[in-house]
Amino acid sequence: MDQPSLVPVLAICIPAVAAALILIFRNHPTIREGWTILASFATLACVLSMLPLVFSGTEPYAALFPILPGLSISFRADAFALIFALTSSSLWVMNSFYSIGYLQAHHGKNLARYFFCFSVAISAALGVAFSADLLTMFICYEILTLSTYPLVVHSETEEARMAGRKYLAYLLTAGIFFLLAVLITYYLTGGTAFAPGGILTGHGSALLMTILFITFLIGFAKAAWIPLHAWLPSAMVAPTPVSALLHAVAVVKAGVFGIARIVFYVFGIDMVSALGLGLLLASIASFTIIVASMMALSQDNLKKRLAYSTISQLSYILLGVALLTPSGIIAALIHIPFHAFMKITLFFAAGAIIVMTGIENISEMKGIGRRMPITMLMFAIGAIGVCGLPPVCGIITKWYLALGAIEAGQLVFLAVILSSSILNVLYFFPIISTAFFEKPDVDTGVHEAPLFMLIPLTITGICSVLLFLFPDWPFLTLVTIAESVITGSVLP
Amino acid sequence: MIADHLPVLVVVLPLVGAFVTLLAGWADRRLCFPIAMATTVIQFCISLLILSQVMQTGPLHYNLGNWLPPWGIEYVIDQLNGFVLVVILFLCVLTCLYSHRSTPSEIDEKKIPAFYTVLLLLVTGVCGIAVTGDLFNLYVFLEISSLAAYALVALGREKRSLVSSFTYLVMGSVSACFILLGIGHLYIVTGTLNMADLARVLPPLYGSTVIQTAFIFFIIGLSIKTALFPLHLWLPDAYRYSPSAVTVLLSTVVSKIGVYALIRILFTVFTPAFIIFEIPVMEVFCWMAAAAIIGGSVLAISQTDLKRMLAYSSVSQMGYILLGIGIADSLAVTGGILHILNHAVMKGCLFMIAGSFIYSSGIRSIEDLRGIARTMPLTAAAFVIAAASMIGIPPTVGFMSKWFIALGALESGQWIFVLVILASSLLTAVYFWKVIEYMYFREPGTVCAGTVSTARDPPAGMLVPTLVLAAACILFGIFVSIPLEVIEPFVTGILGGT
Repeated sequence: MDQPSLVPVLAICIPAVAAALILIFRNHPTIREGWTILASFATLACVLSMLPLVFSGTEPYAALFPILPGLSISFRADAFALIFALTSSSLWVMNSFYSIGYLQAHHGKNLARYFFCFSVAISAALGVAFSADLLTMFICYEILTLSTYPLVVHSETEEARMAGRKYLAYLLTAGIFFLLAVLITYYLTGGTAFAPGGILTGHGSALLMTILFITFLIGFAKAAWIPLHAWLPSAMVAPTPVSALLHAVAVVKAGVFGIARIVFYVFGIDMVSALGLGLLLASIASFTIIVASMMALSQDNLKKRLAYSTISQLSYILLGVALLTPSGIIAALIHIPFHAFMKITLFFAAGAIIVMTGIENISEMKGIGRRMPITMLMFAIGAIGVCGLPPVCGIITKWYLALGAIEAGQLVFLAVILSSSILNVLYFFPIISTAFFEKPDVDTGVHEAPLFMLIPLTITGICSVLLFLFPDWPFLTLVTIAESVITGSVLP
Repeated sequence: MIADHLPVLVVVLPLVGAFVTLLAGWADRRLCFPIAMATTVIQFCISLLILSQVMQTGPLHYNLGNWLPPWGIEYVIDQLNGFVLVVILFLCVLTCLYSHRSTPSEIDEKKIPAFYTVLLLLVTGVCGIAVTGDLFNLYVFLEISSLAAYALVALGREKRSLVSSFTYLVMGSVSACFILLGIGHLYIVTGTLNMADLARVLPPLYGSTVIQTAFIFFIIGLSIKTALFPLHLWLPDAYRYSPSAVTVLLSTVVSKIGVYALIRILFTVFTPAFIIFEIPVMEVFCWMAAAAIIGGSVLAISQTDLKRMLAYSSVSQMGYILLGIGIADSLAVTGGILHILNHAVMKGCLFMIAGSFIYSSGIRSIEDLRGIARTMPLTAAAFVIAAASMIGIPPTVGFMSKWFIALGALESGQWIFVLVILASSLLTAVYFWKVIEYMYFREPGTVCAGTVSTARDPPAGMLVPTLVLAAACILFGIFVSIPLEVIEPFVTGILGGT
């Protein structure tokens, strides 16, 4: 049930206004960063305030500028959107503190530009989450691409610029495909508003639908499925909080979230399964899961290894979507926040190591767990979670994903999930054992990172455990609501 | 009383203004700018009044000297030229304001009165083209505006200004010959020059070779005027070597009025029935436009001079307008006409920025712009907005025209042009992003580190028009329904309902 409300718009506007204020106070570091912190809390509060409504089955909805018949800028905060929005806004709080700590110690220039772009990116990510139609989503998606570009090239080295060019080349090209898909959808149906069960049924031949589906998939290159993944590892040259933004808070999540939106709300489960597109997506996802995990094995640079890990984890979400069964959907949606919390912990820890020691390669991290015990403990929690072991939330995803594969009767995907778990263990445990059980070559006298960095990473690490213990509040509840809305059209 | 004479006032006012400027210039050079500025502002207000009248009561007809058409000259203003008039006068006002600070550093001081006089003559010409409903009268005004434009290009201080002005003159004259021959052919066969009358008389004659020849002459003539690829060779030099304000005028006002004349002749003098069904010229047109879009972008990528790059980008963008018109689907034509406004706003903004860089630092080459965003933050920010609009990033105006043209191409089943439009976005991104990367993410080069570090945002007289246009890039993108309200009745009128 829709309820007219401007709260979703407000949630998008707060970071945007903060961005403007940051620009105005660009020469006053304390005030400037104060705005970031303030805005991040305000945004979180704003998103949280919508939870009770959504739990009760109401969906705040706002339609702004009508452009053409069937075409307007509109936002809806349904349970599906809130999963992503809540993830982004809660992690933004953590990331803001961490950014301040990190950038004071490292890369400490052009900070106004950094915090400005960061706020705009959050605003755009929330826009992607809340958008109620394809055009709005496209607009926010493009703004997200552009606003994160300056963050990727933040250090302004030649390497960063190359990474930035690659980033834009991949994502803007993908944006063109996205636009093409939106145009075709609008042309076929005369509208672009999302609806559970899809809007395309009965508009066009199977071939056209398949082409359209693939066009959408290419359009969401932010989901980093292989072979459209190369921009993500190169973007690791960015400061670590930016990597966290890319991997956990906003960017890649916008990609998988978009694909999930398209599958469930534009095509609809019925059509996707009837055309065998689920199988196509599942194959792409499985391929990505296995290949990316293998690539992760060969990386010595910690951030690069984490990047490949993300690529493989994102495809868990895609695989869950592609299974088209209730448990698969739950696995996909719940993995958006769960992966975010675990991966941001890992990145925060990696960033703390870089700031305190300058070490980026795993082979040089001997004994670092003794110097930075809290950081590495949190890293271990994140790593255990990503491998899908208790007591961290990752296992919940794996459980539902395996269940979904069985429901769908596709045991081959069960094999994919299990073998990738083994690969995960293989690429994460050497890091932990190097850090804790090997003796350092020289005693460097390194200690824990400043509190601005240590506290956020501890909180996200502990949250990853708490989400395992109490998954219901709020994410699993939201996911269940979203799942019943999505499948409700199939199973009345 | 005066309200009845608005259509002629909009033409007479700058003509009188030009003479007053010239006389005042003898007395005191400083008087020229206020007079020119006042003239264009009043004209802009008049054009708004005209447009609101047209929107309320339908097309305005004005008989010059009370001679009844088709014997006398008739001024006809419908939604299309009402719209074009507002757009070009809006740009004229901003350019005039901009020129006050930019021009003195670019031309000899004693030529200032001449500059404003010729500028007002140019405005006379373009406004005349916009309001007239008489084909020969259109030719006369086209010549007035063209001659004024040649003179303005030649005002630049560099020697090459003269050469490029001369090239422009030769090409312009060739184009004028074609147009005049076209008019002559039509007159021989029909005995009338009034556009509405021609549209009435022509249909039975569509099979005539003379009429078809006339049509081809018009197309060639106006293609040169609008620099349709590959007839664009005069354009890059003319844009490059003109004073900044003149470049802005050429790229926004002069080029747009050429497109307007083309639309007028295609859709009012001839009819969609002729151009779509009688001879398949629109198909050829689409392919030429597609070649312009891609060719212009590719040439722009290889440029090292900012103004030249923008000039080639213009070639590509004019292709968008012509593609929209050539597809001749109501959505695509809407997009094409919308792009007249959109491109004027974006390109006006970009050329003003290029002028600001020259004014503040003397830098013309893209390479030397390294790190300039730090010292000229507002100018650089405006560049980012306008560039995003050129690429077609939503919610800017560039996205909206792209959306309509692509949708029209899709609706008429011409997939290839959808791909051309989308692919050209990427090419546009390549050359604009290079500039943005240089401005924001690089340290100044060793040679021009000094000039870059001492550069400042230009004075308010130049900065304000630039920022107004940058803001317009976003505002007209979000509130795209405002221009659409004006364009849609016209498109529905010529092509039937959407």
